Amino acid sequence: MDYKYFPHTEKDIQEMLDTIGVKSLKDLYAEVPAEIRFQGEYDIPSEKSELEIRQLFDKLGRKNRPLTCFAGAGVYDHYTPSVIPSIVARSEYLTSYTPYQAEISQGTLHYIFEYQSMMAELTGMDVSNASLYDGTTATAEAAMMAVAAGKKANRILISDTVDPKITEMVKTYAHFQQMEIELIAQKQGVTDKHDMQTKLEAGGVAGVIVQHPNYFGIIEDYTGFADSCHDNKALLIMNCVAADLAILKTPGEWNADIAVGDGQSLGIPMQFGGPYIGYMCCKEKLIRKMPGRIVGMTQDNRGQRAFVLTLQAREQHIRRQKATSNICSNQSLMALFVTIYMALMGKEGLKEAARQSYCNAHYLHEQLLATNRFTEVFPHPFFNEFCVKYDGDVDGLLKRLEMAGIFGGIKVGDNLLMIAVTEKRTKEEMDKLIKIAAS
Amino acid sequence: MNNKLYGNLIFELSKEGRRGYSLPQHQCEKYKIPQTLCREKDAELPECDELTVVRHYTNHSANNFGVNNGFYPLGSCTMKYNPCIDEEMAAQPAFRDLHPLQPATTVAGAKEVCHDLEQLLCKLTGMDAFTLKPYAGAHGELTGLMVMRGYHESRHDDKRTKVLIPDSAHGTNPASAAVCGLEVLEVKSLVDGTIDVEDLKAIIKEQREEIAGMMMTNPNTLGLFEKSIPEIAKLVHDCGGLMYYDGANLNPMLGACRPGDMGFDVMHVNVHKTFSTPHGGGGPGAGPVGVKAGLEAFFPAVSPYEGNFAVLLRTYAYILSLGKEHIKEVGPLATLNANYIKERLKDLYLLPIEGLCKHEFVFDGLADKSTGVTTMDVAKRLLDYGYHAPTIYFPLLFHESLMIEPTENESKETIDSFIEVMRKIAQEAKEQPEELKAAPHRTPIGRVDDVQAAKHPVVTYQQMLHDNN
Repeated sequence: MDYKYFPHTEKDIQEMLDTIGVKSLKDLYAEVPAEIRFQGEYDIPSEKSELEIRQLFDKLGRKNRPLTCFAGAGVYDHYTPSVIPSIVARSEYLTSYTPYQAEISQGTLHYIFEYQSMMAELTGMDVSNASLYDGTTATAEAAMMAVAAGKKANRILISDTVDPKITEMVKTYAHFQQMEIELIAQKQGVTDKHDMQTKLEAGGVAGVIVQHPNYFGIIEDYTGFADSCHDNKALLIMNCVAADLAILKTPGEWNADIAVGDGQSLGIPMQFGGPYIGYMCCKEKLIRKMPGRIVGMTQDNRGQRAFVLTLQAREQHIRRQKATSNICSNQSLMALFVTIYMALMGKEGLKEAARQSYCNAHYLHEQLLATNRFTEVFPHPFFNEFCVKYDGDVDGLLKRLEMAGIFGGIKVGDNLLMIAVTEKRTKEEMDKLIKIAAS
Repeated sequence: MNNKLYGNLIFELSKEGRRGYSLPQHQCEKYKIPQTLCREKDAELPECDELTVVRHYTNHSANNFGVNNGFYPLGSCTMKYNPCIDEEMAAQPAFRDLHPLQPATTVAGAKEVCHDLEQLLCKLTGMDAFTLKPYAGAHGELTGLMVMRGYHESRHDDKRTKVLIPDSAHGTNPASAAVCGLEVLEVKSLVDGTIDVEDLKAIIKEQREEIAGMMMTNPNTLGLFEKSIPEIAKLVHDCGGLMYYDGANLNPMLGACRPGDMGFDVMHVNVHKTFSTPHGGGGPGAGPVGVKAGLEAFFPAVSPYEGNFAVLLRTYAYILSLGKEHIKEVGPLATLNANYIKERLKDLYLLPIEGLCKHEFVFDGLADKSTGVTTMDVAKRLLDYGYHAPTIYFPLLFHESLMIEPTENESKETIDSFIEVMRKIAQEAKEQPEELKAAPHRTPIGRVDDVQAAKHPVVTYQQMLHDNN
């Protein structure tokens, strides 16, 4: 065949057909009923050379306009060390699949074990799985896990301060299951603890979902939340921005049962929404209820330390409809991505990036208020994302910023703007935003 | 690679005070984070210099085996070549640096890719609309089943809570059904491995009001084309159900037969199988879902944006590279390779079902059962000879399943060498079975103890340290 990905010569094909005992490639499909056979040509463009593919992508790329990003809402523009893409591109990692054959997959199994260890450290939890798709679906998985662990309880409470995208996802997953979703009211941007208590006491609650920092960037005080949940036989599920946990009080310290969220903040480029990585960590006693792959330590027959996929009796390929989840392929390569990120940044670097994000956000917040065109919305501490009220037309402001190459934030209400800042933003960039916003 | 020198965990290479990063000088330092908001103890992450990190992950990669290393005939996984150009395109800053909520005018190129890709997938599968949101194959299954349920719900046909699934199906099918709140009705296979239409008729007759639909792959898990598909689709449609096509085995159908023409209403595509995006050690893949006209109204939002967008960029580059001239050659060549291997090995390995296969086929272990050598032993021995093993012990229809899928990218020479090795292993099974039972011998580690790992799970470095003390 005359194509770079097909090695078959006409002679090869003929020899192989002879061995099989059929006359033509077409005859390999002899059993396919004629009325459903595909005849003719696909209605798609003709083949493109590598040069033409490059030209096409260049052209498409020019229709995009990457902006200086001051938006968050779950996706943050953090810095990616140059080591990561170069190692993640290694084909030994890239072109392998799920490490079923442990003896030739120790590379993958090793990094997943490291990933699990790092995520457990970061969240302050006992154990971690090998990854889920993203932060929203991971939260839905956590809700299902709570219902499975809760015997007959099937209610899930979600704080109204959780990102609506996450809440929507939990509802989407819950819709066709015997699972009820209820919102816990918010008061000035924080979860109404009294409302949670009332709803918990009504009974049948399997899990309570809160976010840390919450959708508006607020660092809520979750004191007493775990006790309230546990007193009512419910699990506390905490969705956290992974990178912020380098500094913030951890779900482990809040005595949460399950920590979930997106690991995108650990250096993964924004790439228009994906791929990112959903993480899930939990208390040890819940490990057999966890969805997804888990890597464990063992030995080989030569007495060497080795790693292997374990606790597979939870999974779909063994348990079928009784599995803890339907997940099969997850986001393994992104687990390698964030593992290298955490290995490079290390204990100090992760804190430093988080601290710079915090300080930058507080500088911008302070300066915006000083223009007198913005006012504070919530009287609560925030991390690197905050809401402000603008005294003019938010859409107009965002448009003006866009003209200047700035993505100024997310509009979350009539006059409300939500802004996120990372260590990547320079003082010049922030001052430029302030200048335009003040005018 | 040297397992003694480079077998460490990154934590074991850490030394207090080392740095592997550089950040700019801080410009707005004066803001202090209140102590009450902070964690009490730092996360014990490694402290390593950059070269240590680079060597660590470079050397660990040498303990891995990918498609770029050698032949990877892992059945049902379609381990194709992953073209380098696709990687290059997906890494472009013009796509990489876009926030998903940016104003539409600033992401027109990305939107165009999504729209075009949906159209290409429609043409290739015979569907009318696609959603790119699902993150993986199993996620696509769940999405498709939600479409099915949404459709019945819109008609107030609330009794339809059961789904027909062949007993040979991949585990994700019944698991996805369960996550979607559906009860599984298992349909039996005939001795030739295809669906027992009589059994299907009996189930439908009894529960016709409760059937939401049927999930199938075609070709099925044994690599056999379900000839009765027009009849099956009619039976399911006549009782009011929808037909779901699991795209796991779509590869041999390129150029031969489209799911939309077979009678399917909803389907997913595993782009990491059929459209050549890398498997990445277990993701990220993507599982776009296609439907017949009218059903797109029931697409659920199973991801907030366009799914695994950067994976879809690779899919787009792949389809456009091959174009209409070559995409139709994919199926026939994959099928040619599979049949050729089957014919040349069936004297030594037990072929339970004769006849043409499609992209893959299943042996029930070695033909000579007297040696005591199992499929596991054959698989491990293959690793010694530099091949990835086929899928083993799946499907569950046979005791010693060995499922081989070569893909269209493998040359006759590669396949001939593999056949020689498989024949040699069959010979070894007779002459030195103990050697095979102890295999592999030449890999960085020997056969692992799965039982110990599951009995006493140690899944983090902290637990490992705790155990050692």
